[in-house]
Amino acid sequence: MSSPASTPGGRKRGRNTNPPTPSSEDPTSPPSQRRRGQDSSTGDLMPMPTSPATDVLSPAAPQDTSLLSSPRPSGGHELPLDEGSPTRTLRNGAVASESNAGQRLVIWGTDVNVGTCKEKFQRFLQRFVDPTSTEDENAGLDLNEPLYMQKLEEISVVGDPVMNVNCRHVQSFDADLYRQLICYPQEVIPTFDMAVNELFFERFPDSFLEYQIQVRPYNALKTKSMRSLNPEDIDQLITISGMVIRTSQLIPEMQEAFFQCQVCAYSTRVEVDRGRIAEPAVCRHCNTTHSLALIHNRSVFSDKQMIKIQESPEDMPAGQTPHTTIVYAHNDLVDKVQPGDRVNITGIYRAVPMRVNPRQSNVKSVYKTHIDAIHFRKTDEKRLHGLDEEAEQKLFTEDRVQTLKELAAKPDVYERLSSALAPSIYEHEDIKKGILLQLFGGTRKDFSQTGRGNFRAEVNILLCGDPGTSKSQLLQYVYNLVPRGQYTSGKGSSAVGLTAYVMKDPETRQLVLQTGALVLSDNGICCIDEFDKMSDNTRSVLHEVMEQQTLSIAKAGIICQLNARTAVLAAANPVESQWNPKKTTIENIQLPHTLLSRFDLIFLMLDPQDEAYDRRLAHHLVSLYYQTEEQMEEEFLDMAVLKDYIAYARTYINPRLSEEASQALIEAYVDMRKIGSGRGMVSAYPRQLESLIRLAEAHAKVRFSEKVETIDVEEAKRLHREALKQSATDPRTGFVDISILTTGMSATARKRKEEVAQALKKLIQAKGKTPAMKYQQLLDDLRGQSETAITKELFDEALRALADEDYLTVTGKTVRLLA
Amino acid sequence: FCQLEDWVSLSLLDISAASQSDPNSGWEARAVEFFKDRLKEKDAHTLVPSLNDIPMHYLKPNSLVKFRCFIQDMFDPEFYMGVYETVDPATQAKTLRCGKYKDVTECGVDFNSKNTVTAERQTFYCVPIPGENPWVKEISSASRVVPSTSYVPSRQKRSYEEDDDMDDMDTQPQKQREAHAGPQSPTEHHGNGDCKRQETEAPSSQTTSASHLDLNFPLPGEKGPSCLVKVYKDWDSFKLNDMLEVYGILSVSPALSALADEKDASSSLVDPTECMETAEEQRVHCPPASLVPRLHMLYAKQLQHNNPLLPSAATSEDNSAFLASTLSEMPSVREELLAYLTHVLLGDALAAEYLILHLISNVYVRRDVLPLGKFTLNMSGCPTVASYTERLYQIIQQLVPSSHYLGMSLQNMNQMRLVPKKDYVANRLVSGALQLAKNTSLYLDETQLEQGQLDTTGVRNVTALGNLISWQKVDYDFNYHQMEFPCNINVLIASEGRSLLPSDCQIHLQTQVAPSHLEEYLSTMHMLSQASSQLNKFRIYLSVARLLDYSISDEVTKSVEDDFVDMRKDDPQSISAEDLHRMLVVARLLSLSQGQTSLSRDSWLRAKHIEALRRSRMEQHKCVNGNEP
Repeated sequence: MSSPASTPGGRKRGRNTNPPTPSSEDPTSPPSQRRRGQDSSTGDLMPMPTSPATDVLSPAAPQDTSLLSSPRPSGGHELPLDEGSPTRTLRNGAVASESNAGQRLVIWGTDVNVGTCKEKFQRFLQRFVDPTSTEDENAGLDLNEPLYMQKLEEISVVGDPVMNVNCRHVQSFDADLYRQLICYPQEVIPTFDMAVNELFFERFPDSFLEYQIQVRPYNALKTKSMRSLNPEDIDQLITISGMVIRTSQLIPEMQEAFFQCQVCAYSTRVEVDRGRIAEPAVCRHCNTTHSLALIHNRSVFSDKQMIKIQESPEDMPAGQTPHTTIVYAHNDLVDKVQPGDRVNITGIYRAVPMRVNPRQSNVKSVYKTHIDAIHFRKTDEKRLHGLDEEAEQKLFTEDRVQTLKELAAKPDVYERLSSALAPSIYEHEDIKKGILLQLFGGTRKDFSQTGRGNFRAEVNILLCGDPGTSKSQLLQYVYNLVPRGQYTSGKGSSAVGLTAYVMKDPETRQLVLQTGALVLSDNGICCIDEFDKMSDNTRSVLHEVMEQQTLSIAKAGIICQLNARTAVLAAANPVESQWNPKKTTIENIQLPHTLLSRFDLIFLMLDPQDEAYDRRLAHHLVSLYYQTEEQMEEEFLDMAVLKDYIAYARTYINPRLSEEASQALIEAYVDMRKIGSGRGMVSAYPRQLESLIRLAEAHAKVRFSEKVETIDVEEAKRLHREALKQSATDPRTGFVDISILTTGMSATARKRKEEVAQALKKLIQAKGKTPAMKYQQLLDDLRGQSETAITKELFDEALRALADEDYLTVTGKTVRLLA
Repeated sequence: FCQLEDWVSLSLLDISAASQSDPNSGWEARAVEFFKDRLKEKDAHTLVPSLNDIPMHYLKPNSLVKFRCFIQDMFDPEFYMGVYETVDPATQAKTLRCGKYKDVTECGVDFNSKNTVTAERQTFYCVPIPGENPWVKEISSASRVVPSTSYVPSRQKRSYEEDDDMDDMDTQPQKQREAHAGPQSPTEHHGNGDCKRQETEAPSSQTTSASHLDLNFPLPGEKGPSCLVKVYKDWDSFKLNDMLEVYGILSVSPALSALADEKDASSSLVDPTECMETAEEQRVHCPPASLVPRLHMLYAKQLQHNNPLLPSAATSEDNSAFLASTLSEMPSVREELLAYLTHVLLGDALAAEYLILHLISNVYVRRDVLPLGKFTLNMSGCPTVASYTERLYQIIQQLVPSSHYLGMSLQNMNQMRLVPKKDYVANRLVSGALQLAKNTSLYLDETQLEQGQLDTTGVRNVTALGNLISWQKVDYDFNYHQMEFPCNINVLIASEGRSLLPSDCQIHLQTQVAPSHLEEYLSTMHMLSQASSQLNKFRIYLSVARLLDYSISDEVTKSVEDDFVDMRKDDPQSISAEDLHRMLVVARLLSLSQGQTSLSRDSWLRAKHIEALRRSRMEQHKCVNGNEP
């Protein structure tokens, strides 16, 4: 009985005169329950006689029924050739007579006048223009023409008789109409259907549709989280967001029963009335009683599906479990969503009383609630087209935006935000700033037309340093701060855990792709702790993600490329458990340099070991242990503000480089190249330039500035240099050397290697005649000859270098000369 | 007394009177207010029978009961008929009735009435506090009220066919009241011991008979009633895993369970209620009322602790007076406890000291992600003979209100469900062993470790334990995503070597008993008798120490800072920020254990001292046992 199609006739009559808005006076009695009452009392009586005096409308009412949000396709099936089906004309006739009858007439229980409502809606369709529309649904439409007329045209071409109407448009066009739509969707939506069909067939009289056009309103401004639904919302149009957790099998719901007389084979059809079928007791043809039998395969059924949705984890208060709601989808909405999808559902909220025992008249005093879906909108699908603007918009109230902007206008906003980040972690200002910029990210650039694909906008950061320097804590903080964060530990994650794996769904027995941490944190941050403990195999997955921002998968017959536009925040411990200042970063963390060069910033978190620092640290820690609750409260506010600030900046601010900024960047890059060139080292690569640009953009975002200016570049440069100084300093010379990161070896070390190789070559040439030498002897000879100490490793490397030149080969313990 | 007895049984009369009268008159609100006031009176709450100790079939349906419980799951809110109208079939007279605090309506509901008011309420699935130790149950049931003996459990056996007399239920309490109008002296309550035994056995037989119905207790082997608590207001203030004492009206209407049976009989294609829920969901959300009674909450108290020896913090003045009185005694009790624990820990006084600190630790605040005040103790070097670790657990069990022993055997780790998981088919949160109330002691016995391989579940379980220890949170598995629930669980790890799990502090046990004499020592180790007053003193002491406030004066802050800087100056490797964190926690707990609410210089020095002792012992141990990691 919950099918919207089957209910409204009874409902209208049952409803008492409602005030325009649901007020406390008649808050609630869900009319559906009255239906029940009638059911029990008047078994197969037609409800007509009980209906109150507004008989003017009653003839029209049953027809409204079929038009409701989910008109039965049955109509279409039955009369596939006659698009201007008799029902339609009939309905038009009825409606026409109504509007003639005068403006005062309203549908029982509402203040809706069908005629006016229809006119208003037609006017809306014909006139509504939304030049600023950015919705992807309207892509390809002329924004200066009436939007919905173009959609009608589209329907006539495509033949898909569904018209999605954004409620916000209705509201901006006619607030009263919108209010009616929200409060009396049951009555208004069929009226809209009528209006749209009239209009359509006026315009395109020759077109053929499988069935009537359905109006599907969405984005009702009364968007609710599931938690805020309350009895006042019953029978209203609502939009709620959530995640689909379960979908049922398809349920055939009888719309029309087919009865045949067992005696004379006379057949008759009975429509479902409020979920019940009145079985004819007497055959009209032969007057035999109880001779009619139901013929199932000639009855008409419609599709129905039960869908369970659950609150999305983001809009839940802490410490509570998510609520679930049942949604019924009808006809072509069936199977539109799958478990795991995040959806916005627009529909009518309903409540039906439960009965304990049909034989007793005791009733469990609880209503079963559900939503009859009218429109689904998947939210993650939209993410493919960019950020979810609607969802974001509702996040920020005017006031909030104002506060954020005020904050942004402060000159020290950058410092403020960075100090609000993980306040329990002491100092490490630059690291916090780096992470802050990572949270904001750069601007996404699309060069796919010129063949380079997307440029990554995400900033990747690696923290390495002594154990116990609260690296994990920083990671945990970031993970808790960002909405789409993932936290994994290098030790516990496998390559498939990070990417995706294919598994058999226990229910459907189909192979399904389960996504891993990197894909899940698309548009967010993936925090990887104990990066150094990750197996090489696993780490290799990161190469693609960290530069191309995609993940290619080819397993179990599934070949695909997933988006993984995630920023990586990784933490690594030194190999020797304590950082060895005499070694380079690479040597300390033993990570392949191909991977290291993909990090924009690499920070060392070391124990500074100086007295003033110790004192401040001690003070900071002690204060953690006695600060009062109020001080804590303040901080929590900060975290919320920070969250909003980041979300706002990420959504609305897309800074572009200004002329001066580009110049400054060029200079900075050239400088960086120059520093190294003097000593035969290259200290910058194009990748570093890209990092600089990203950092500058992120800094501009922090300032809510649409333009990247010189100060942004300055800060980017400073931070980059700061990170370089910490991580790319050659311990042998004390100079910054980017090649430590890009080749894994500092230029001095490389030079040394070459020298040894040359010396070895000379030594061998000096020996002249022998084609084969003992390995150990050669080493001893070289050591005897050289002034500096020659380690075994160095010797091996020199041999390898010579082998590469095809000068010699090494087999076991013998060295043979070639050529 | 007599008067109070009266109002307990009167409860439903009042409520139904409220429902009979005009629902808008505020009668019902006043009645609830009246109960609350009465409950605040001294000892009044002891007169309300408790679901925890009295088997359900001894309780009158529709009477006021209390239930000390733990919110295991929260169901969806439901809409019900707050006010409805009934029509008498004979006279056609219409009566307004109140649907609050009831599950089932009266006969002849008029669905077309304009006066129907739909209201909303929330349902919580509550179970007894997981891991509650026997002594808590015993003490709290000793002070309870005896159920009316005139009430025979025959009610349970009545079939619901003859249950048409639902509407005369209102009159039943009245009969009851007449039955035991005479005053009952409190001494009588303590007297009937055999009655008690009988009662405690009853629920167990009930649970076995209901084995098909999983009551979803967090810990295996728990028993006791679980309850669907209906909450009428402010349900947002309750959180999952809260401990509550609920005062409410018991509803065991058999008509509720009838629903399930009826379903099979009448399966019509067009009724949407049929396909709305799966059988599993039905079973979980509408279990037979005889097994899972409904409790309509009038009033609930959030419990800070479940130690029955302490006042349950009804009023803050009461509480502070109690705290003040115990504060002066704390140092002496501490000495006694220390001696006792030293004895238990084979003569190791330092370990005993740390054990006390561990037992009173408590996450008192969270700084962004960092929980402060946790003190996970890894007690290494536990002897593996004579099941020493288990004996140790038994001792701890006697001291703390709730605890759980988790042997970390390979089988346990690979098979146990530690993390709660959402079951979408039945639409409930399937509990796991880590769904525990605050301040529960979780005792991990690592000496049970054996060689073998952890499978995926095992790895996940170990990770969950690690997360619990490091961040005091458990990530509940919601299949499509995880949800983080903060917790406050005291984890004690007993192991031979250093534990594989992280811990805040590791102490190596140094036994003063030669291994050869260990068996003998243990067999003579004297355990305090169950009800001894000394044990009760310890119990009060441990709970009180947790409730105290704590502060650090500027002066001491300064000296702590100086100390830190000095220590770093001498040898920067000797103390890191992490060590300072730990020392501050140790200092805090040390002060509290002595009943001092602010850090004194002496306590700080003492904290430093015992930390130094502990560290030197660890170093020593490292030298002796070179292959230790």
